[in-house]
Amino acid sequence: MKPRNAIWRVFRKEFRENLRDRRSLITALIVGPVLMPALFAALLSIGIHHGRTQSTRPVHLAVAHAGRAPHLLSFLHQYGVRTVDVETNRTGARLLVERLHRPLIYVSRGFGVRLAAGRPASLRLYANESNRSEQGALERVDRLVEAYGGEIARLRLVARGLNPLLLTPIALHPVDISTPQSRSVLVLGGLGYVILLTMMMGGLYLAIDATAGERERGSLEPLLTLPVEREQLVYGKTLAAGAMMLVSLALTVSGFDVMLQHVGLARLGMSVDLGPAGVVAIVLECAPLIPLGAALMTLVASFTRSYREAQTYVSLIVFIPTMPLMFASILGLRSSLPLMAVPFLSQQFLIMSVLRAEPLPASYTLVSVGVTLVSAAALIWLAGRLYRRERLLG
Amino acid sequence: MIDARGLVKRFGTVTAVDGVSFNAPDGRITGLLGPNGAGKSTTLRMLYTVLAPDGGEAWIDGTSVLTAPLEARRRMGVLPSGAGLYPHLTARENILYFASLHGMARSEARARAEELIGQLEMREFADRAAKGFSQGERVKTALARALVHHPRNVLLDEPTNGLDVMAVRTLRGLLRRLRDQGHCILFSSHVMQEVAALCDTVVVIAHGKVAAHGAPDELRAQAGTESLEEAFVRLVGIEDAQSASEAGIRP
Repeated sequence: MKPRNAIWRVFRKEFRENLRDRRSLITALIVGPVLMPALFAALLSIGIHHGRTQSTRPVHLAVAHAGRAPHLLSFLHQYGVRTVDVETNRTGARLLVERLHRPLIYVSRGFGVRLAAGRPASLRLYANESNRSEQGALERVDRLVEAYGGEIARLRLVARGLNPLLLTPIALHPVDISTPQSRSVLVLGGLGYVILLTMMMGGLYLAIDATAGERERGSLEPLLTLPVEREQLVYGKTLAAGAMMLVSLALTVSGFDVMLQHVGLARLGMSVDLGPAGVVAIVLECAPLIPLGAALMTLVASFTRSYREAQTYVSLIVFIPTMPLMFASILGLRSSLPLMAVPFLSQQFLIMSVLRAEPLPASYTLVSVGVTLVSAAALIWLAGRLYRRERLLG
Repeated sequence: MIDARGLVKRFGTVTAVDGVSFNAPDGRITGLLGPNGAGKSTTLRMLYTVLAPDGGEAWIDGTSVLTAPLEARRRMGVLPSGAGLYPHLTARENILYFASLHGMARSEARARAEELIGQLEMREFADRAAKGFSQGERVKTALARALVHHPRNVLLDEPTNGLDVMAVRTLRGLLRRLRDQGHCILFSSHVMQEVAALCDTVVVIAHGKVAAHGAPDELRAQAGTESLEEAFVRLVGIEDAQSASEAGIRP
């Protein structure tokens, strides 16, 4: 029998058997392609919804001793702040904030007098800053009170015959040059990470089952008495794990494509239009990682003592390649030619470039594909070599 | 025909097999008999090329297991001890997978699997997933898998372990039939009745060495005892005889 035939036959059997393993199927076909995009969609929708309502929703504010600062109140009302008058002292104010879930302004005694005298008039602003929904209201009240103070300061200058522009030595005009795509990437920064992770998860159970599982069941020894070189057994098993990873990868990227179309990113002025071409591009750019990941998992699972041990180690292995991604995001690394020689990281850059619609130079892609494939070949060769050892039988 | 010459296997400082030589001819059932840990399995594993010997040499039908292991494997059907199946495949698919790795054509493999399923009385469970098989069903499937490529030589490591009486009878019947067809059968056991009932030739192994070699009658004569059990106890040596007498068996 030709070596190629043996590899193909091992592959076919492992793949078919894996399709009957419910746990493996759920991981490869449901968790990655369906659950992950759904989770992302939920998080994004909440973010979008939250961001939108916070800026348009009227701010509710409790005010104690409103009568001491009538002008301030009418100023706040002008800008859409709804106030309720409350009767309380300073200690009671804390409890009220807790109960009403809204910030509270306590107007001090002598507020009007101090204001008229040109001395700082004091207000106390009570709020629970650990409550996210109060934070937005708090920021707006803060800005409005600041603006009110600014108005008064300008009026004072005018009253003393000075130019109110003296108070504005610098005029800073921020100009946002981000495109809708690049803004989306901020939100979708984790997407590349999730795609690579679910791709690895797709082959996880097959890799373990075909190696550690085979030994634990006692089917490895009879298998080794067949007239097939041991390397070919490993190649077939690695190929099968890779096939599951490819299926998982393609479905996951498609799942995210569908998700992105349905989440209203456009309402935030963002757009990620992946489309069929984008899906294909991401799958192709990640594809070289498949033999690398499959070989890595097969290699590690082959040399553990039991199925359980294999599960522990391979689950860790799944996360190790994502380490460069975390470092890169912490250090804020940008893509560069040398960094494209780091497998997993380079694929993350490639995914981001598709999402941003900012193509990277062809040399970048070449380095990424080249280095990844060479490392994969080395690992597969190593797995084949190690399969020759007697210790394999455990 | 299986020929072993001075096989040696060491695991660290322990010498598990220490110069085992014997010959298992075609058309005979040869039994490797010995107490637990005597080196029976290790000897078989070297013969079916899963372990490489540290010394000695072995031939299957004249093919060296050292220099031409693939060719030697083609000539062997192997049932290792505790042989496992693929739980998500049916008994038939388990058999067909091994046939395919022997390079058999699909139609030929199907016909052969069907034939073995009949011979080993496997019809009832042949197309069920192997996940919930009983020990007997597992052994039958593993045996059919080992025989799928019409091997001239059949090696079995403790094949009757965990089988009920009916399954053992089926297995014995099959092994006798294979012998009568001219196959070379080599199997290991630590159960004397098993060996006495089935073997034409017995190779007694103790402490990694061949303690005696011959037909059951010859061994009885050699030890000067009436029963094979007593012959066995004498032949495996003083230490094992002592541990046997402590267990209530008089040498």
